[in-house]
Amino acid sequence: MQDTDAVIARGTSSETVPPNRSLWKKIVRNWELYLFVAPAFLYFLIFSYGPMYGIQIAFKNYIPTKGILGSPWVGFDHFVRFFHSYYFWDLIWNTLSISLYELAVGFPIPIILALAFNEVRTGFFKKLAQTVTYAPHFISVVVMAGMIITFLSPSTGMIVRLIEGLGFGSPDFLTDPRWFKTMYVLSGVWQSAGWGTIIYLAALSGVDPGLHEAAIIDGASRFQRVRHINVPTLLPTMTILLILNMGSLFGVGFEKILLLQNPLNMDSSDVISTFVYRSGLVDAQYSFSTAIGLFNSVVNAALLVLVNQIVRRTSENSLW
Amino acid sequence: MLTGVKETGRDKLFLICNYLYVFAAFLIVFYPVVYIVSASVSDPKYVASGEMWLWPKGITFDGYQRVLENSNIWIGYWNTIVYTVLGTAINLAVTLPAAYALSRKDFVGRHFFTGMFMVTMFFGGGLVPTYLLVKQLHMVNTVWAIVLPSAASIWNIIVSRTFFQSSIPRELQEAAQIDGATNMKLFVRIILPLSMPIIAVMALFYGVGNWNSYFSALIYLNDNAKYPLQLVLRQILVLQEMSAQGGGVIDSSTATAMNTKAEIAALVKYAVIIVATVPVIAVYPFLQRYFVQGVMIGSIKG
Repeated sequence: MQDTDAVIARGTSSETVPPNRSLWKKIVRNWELYLFVAPAFLYFLIFSYGPMYGIQIAFKNYIPTKGILGSPWVGFDHFVRFFHSYYFWDLIWNTLSISLYELAVGFPIPIILALAFNEVRTGFFKKLAQTVTYAPHFISVVVMAGMIITFLSPSTGMIVRLIEGLGFGSPDFLTDPRWFKTMYVLSGVWQSAGWGTIIYLAALSGVDPGLHEAAIIDGASRFQRVRHINVPTLLPTMTILLILNMGSLFGVGFEKILLLQNPLNMDSSDVISTFVYRSGLVDAQYSFSTAIGLFNSVVNAALLVLVNQIVRRTSENSLW
Repeated sequence: MLTGVKETGRDKLFLICNYLYVFAAFLIVFYPVVYIVSASVSDPKYVASGEMWLWPKGITFDGYQRVLENSNIWIGYWNTIVYTVLGTAINLAVTLPAAYALSRKDFVGRHFFTGMFMVTMFFGGGLVPTYLLVKQLHMVNTVWAIVLPSAASIWNIIVSRTFFQSSIPRELQEAAQIDGATNMKLFVRIILPLSMPIIAVMALFYGVGNWNSYFSALIYLNDNAKYPLQLVLRQILVLQEMSAQGGGVIDSSTATAMNTKAEIAALVKYAVIIVATVPVIAVYPFLQRYFVQGVMIGSIKG
């Protein structure tokens, strides 16, 4: 806490460069810094920009024996094939609806939870509640999927028993396409809502106590103080996180979906990224899959820029 | 807190609701965890019938025994330790020096490097081109395919850079340079010893990520003996379930046998969840402070 406060307080100090030192001298004097940055430079060059070079196979018919350069060009054939395929709109719909569902449920909950944590007196209970709700963040996606499958399994699952115990008939969560999205989103909230509060709690810790004192003297109730002091404090953080979330509307994380997917729930669980995985690495349609992946990342980047632009027009909290 | 101010009835009601809300959140997260722990040491009969719902019933360590007898899990554990230690060492060696260089305002070209790194946050080559590249580099089915394609994360570089920029006094660096310290000496002797908090945060972030990852192993490894723990878990927790669902017409005696088999399989699952998650969850409460600190440094716009 102390450190971060100091971080904020210090801000950026302006650098003063002696005017007689030329650019070249500065480069030579700091030659070791280039050595420091070299591993990261090479890493990004090879493993991030290298694959970007490989994107050209989206416009080619990649033949492994001919290599990336030697394969024949086909223009936009793969894109056209994808846009005209019968699953195109299903994939778009599944991707978007899962993202929006996740946003609608997963975005407000950490905010409300953070506001609630903030009103709890510091002590054992607060510490326990925070420690426990943060912990699922560290559970691996495989274990998470395993827990979901075990808890929802029709014969022995804990959640299925709970629902039946309340007198309802339990649907077959794992294989019924209608339940896939809910299962995906709610398990995600369970795993990450607690962790998501940290960033908001950090913002709340910066609220000037004087504001609360003044509000109390003016007769504001606790709820009014939360509503009119704490919530506005969180707005900049909320805006930034919302922009980032909107920018990844088409980038649903597929690691968990891939694990929960089965032939029976495919109707609602197949998203662009899992389709890219299946067509590219399982069916080895390298060029086709690359084309879909490219389409996906272009849409993502465009969305991020667009949303940021809109936010910048309407408020001062934008990414850039 | 502000004492001496009388809380009104409405305030009390609000506080009570607030505590109930936090308590509900706590229970929702905590209950499944307690359930798994209890189920892993209970007779599967009671777990399946719902008689075991909080505390263990008919205590048995059969599940753990079966897990510990499974050589795949041991091999997976060992592989994961190797991948995590090697991977995290590479992560730190790439991230920290680069972040320090980028934190220096007198580093000519820092804007170029920062920009070049940041682009990868918004745009990438995608799955197949990355796969083809790794294949072309002859790294498929080697440890390098696991540790090198994820050698650094731009997000962590930015977090570390923010730390170096704001937590280490510039005057100290300038004084050391006037005394004739080279950049290398400065970094190793002065910067790193002052940066233990960020080194801990980075080691933890990368370490947990490496421990928990499964996807690169899934696509790049095809030799069972090289599988990390998470892939072994996938076989036990995810794939087995799917295969158990397929069925057809079965007579009653096979049905009973299958039932017992399903119960034991469930027991093994609970045990394996515990065995796989304990290392991470066990260290977490002690290191929580660092994790939280990492998120907070990251939240300051750099």
